[in-house]
Amino acid sequence: MEKRNKTYVEDVNRGVYDIKNEVRYSYKSDKGLTPEIIKAISKEKNEPKWMTDFRLKSLEVYHKLDLPPWGPDLSELNMEDIVTYIRPDTKMNTSWDEVPEDIKKTFDSLGIPEAERAALAGVGAQYDSEVVYHSIREELTAQGVIYTDIETAIKEYEDIVKEYFMTCVPPKDHKFAALHGAVWSGGSFVYVPEGVNVDIPLQSYFRLNAPGAGQFEHTLIIVEKGASLHFIEGCSAPIHSVINIHAGCVELFVKEDASLRYSTIENWSRNMYNLNTKRAIVEKNGTIEWVSGSFGSKVSMLYPMSILRGERAKAEFTGITFAGKGQHLDTGTKVIHAAPHTSSNINTKSISKDGGIAIYRGAVKISKNANHSKSTVTCESLMLDSKSKSDTIPVIDIMNDKVDLGHEAKIGRISEEAIFYLMSRGISEEEAKAMIVRGFVEPITKELPLEYAVEMNNLINLELEGTIG
Amino acid sequence: MSNELLKINNLSAKVEDKEILKGINLEIKKGEIHVIMGPNGAGKSTLASILMSHPNYEITDGEIIYQGEIINNLSPDEKAKKGIFLSFQYPEEVPGLTVESFLRAAKSSVSNEQVRLMEFKKNLKEKMDLLKIGEDYAKRYLNVGFSGGEKKKNEILQMAMLEPTLSILDETDSGLDVDAVKIVSQGVKMLANNSNAFIIITHHKKILDYIKPDFVHVLIDGKIIKTSDASLADEIEIKGYEWLKI
Ligand SMILES: Nc1ncnc2c1ncn2[C@@H]1O[C@H](COP(=O)(O)OP(=O)(O)OP(=O)(O)O)[C@@H](O)[C@H]1O
Ligand SMILES: [Mg+2]
Repeated sequence: MEKRNKTYVEDVNRGVYDIKNEVRYSYKSDKGLTPEIIKAISKEKNEPKWMTDFRLKSLEVYHKLDLPPWGPDLSELNMEDIVTYIRPDTKMNTSWDEVPEDIKKTFDSLGIPEAERAALAGVGAQYDSEVVYHSIREELTAQGVIYTDIETAIKEYEDIVKEYFMTCVPPKDHKFAALHGAVWSGGSFVYVPEGVNVDIPLQSYFRLNAPGAGQFEHTLIIVEKGASLHFIEGCSAPIHSVINIHAGCVELFVKEDASLRYSTIENWSRNMYNLNTKRAIVEKNGTIEWVSGSFGSKVSMLYPMSILRGERAKAEFTGITFAGKGQHLDTGTKVIHAAPHTSSNINTKSISKDGGIAIYRGAVKISKNANHSKSTVTCESLMLDSKSKSDTIPVIDIMNDKVDLGHEAKIGRISEEAIFYLMSRGISEEEAKAMIVRGFVEPITKELPLEYAVEMNNLINLELEGTIG
Repeated sequence: MSNELLKINNLSAKVEDKEILKGINLEIKKGEIHVIMGPNGAGKSTLASILMSHPNYEITDGEIIYQGEIINNLSPDEKAKKGIFLSFQYPEEVPGLTVESFLRAAKSSVSNEQVRLMEFKKNLKEKMDLLKIGEDYAKRYLNVGFSGGEKKKNEILQMAMLEPTLSILDETDSGLDVDAVKIVSQGVKMLANNSNAFIIITHHKKILDYIKPDFVHVLIDGKIIKTSDASLADEIEIKGYEWLKI
């Protein structure tokens, strides 16, 4: 048996999310990060030389950069222990019947094929390092919409990928962006041509099954002029007793008059370091709308950024973060107003319990030329007991005085009086707390599409149900 | 014993190391309505909170016997399930939780069965009509933005829905306009029968124009120092409490 560093892991019973499969793979890289490992991954993927070079350069940058001096403690994370690439023992399939039974079952229990039939125009399903299933409705293909994994995109749409890949999030941005540049694998590529409105959402689901592994999927979405898209991203992993890392990268390009809604519910097991980078560049009159639910993980650092580059570009951010025992979730959002009349609206709620730490960290920057820009930030935190911790760290950086700025932060503990009040009506203490928490997030969940509201509420209930050892 | 509902023996209680109740004795039979009056700070709400097991209050002596069982250590929800109800002097606001979904959960819990939605809605509407509460209040968040009087009416609505055996009304009539006092009184009268009982804590004689109490108790400085019939309330209205203090 391999010797691994045991990590102390607290977890709730997460039901279907915890279904673990036997680890089978057709290729698995060695632990750690060396140019040889990177070259081997690139070779395994049959990549063009520019991508191999890109990876190797990113690795150099990775070694040069330090860990962020702020935020959660990452000292336990040792990349030498992580297997960065695991190719499952299947190819990319276009029919669920071709997907190996246990993998298919996992996605079944996560509700993916069912959602695909009911409410999605396309689905991508990644298992460990590679996408194992992809589909898109024919009418979208007929309109020129492209939805595939990045590996396929590099082969079939090399010019587009080359033009955009990691230009929005360059590897030198921070250590984990560099790591991503070196070892990225899987993810989604979406291209929506000018004027095409994709009315039904596309969804990519990323499942990390193997212990001691990393998942580094890359999502690249380009919504051309006047086009629109709703993209849904889901992530989960079963619990393991060793550290896993997720350092995905999402790059969104929203062109003039285009709009993109990017919804995510991440639900990681509590051995996961979730160090994800997401960023959107929005052109004139374009809109980016983020919906972000952060559940699970041991540590999360996630701050989706919107760069409002064109006049009247808009960003909306809605976030819910829930930190339980042994978790440190440092989440928020950044908006850069880089053009006149741009606007942003940020609304977040965070919950902490059983000693969990939930921090809102956000930044709004308004550049010199961004006259008449507008930004509203509302962040609220609810601590369910005196052991838990919440804080808000908003940074506001304004280089222009012709702006309209609103900021409101509220941090509070759950009211004992309110719990007593509900209990006096026959409601148990657990349920009373759950009602108060659901009420707390209600202004946010009620704005979400129904399926999302339901899933968020289910996850909140799951988190509230308590802890097993 | 069959008629006996509540017996409080020599009950003492403290909050934050301050002794507030100093040996309360009280006996309530089914079918009875008891009024408790007393000056501000006497301990009336403390007694109500203790009866409902508020976590901040601690019984230091004595016992509370309800339907033959000592209930000193039951939790608030267990007490509610046994049919005890407290109409709060200052009802809490709970954002994001609608009156309707809250009441349905509460009703399901105290009646120990999932109440059917349609049945529940019908029942709720009836009770709201009786209490002259606008229909839209069902969809509003629990007490959020309610006026003082509306909060009190909402307490009575909850009482009417949950149909408790022992109802404790802590100054439910305070802050109500004349019409509302009448409506709330009607709510009490509608519910009152031979198998339940009420403790009505009040400062005002007005509510007693509609509800005829069997007993009026005066609570001063943590003790019940006098018990009599409804005429005691009239006397207090005229003479205040000073003459009762020794
Ligand atoms: N949490 C608390 N901490 C400290 N003192 C308290 C607390 N709760 C109640 N008290 C004190 O206990 C005493 C009794 O209060 P209580 O609320 O029972 O009075 P009351 O008879 O209901 O008065 P009112 O008629 O004004 O409602 C008061 O002196 C009050 O200040
Ligand atoms: Mg009082």
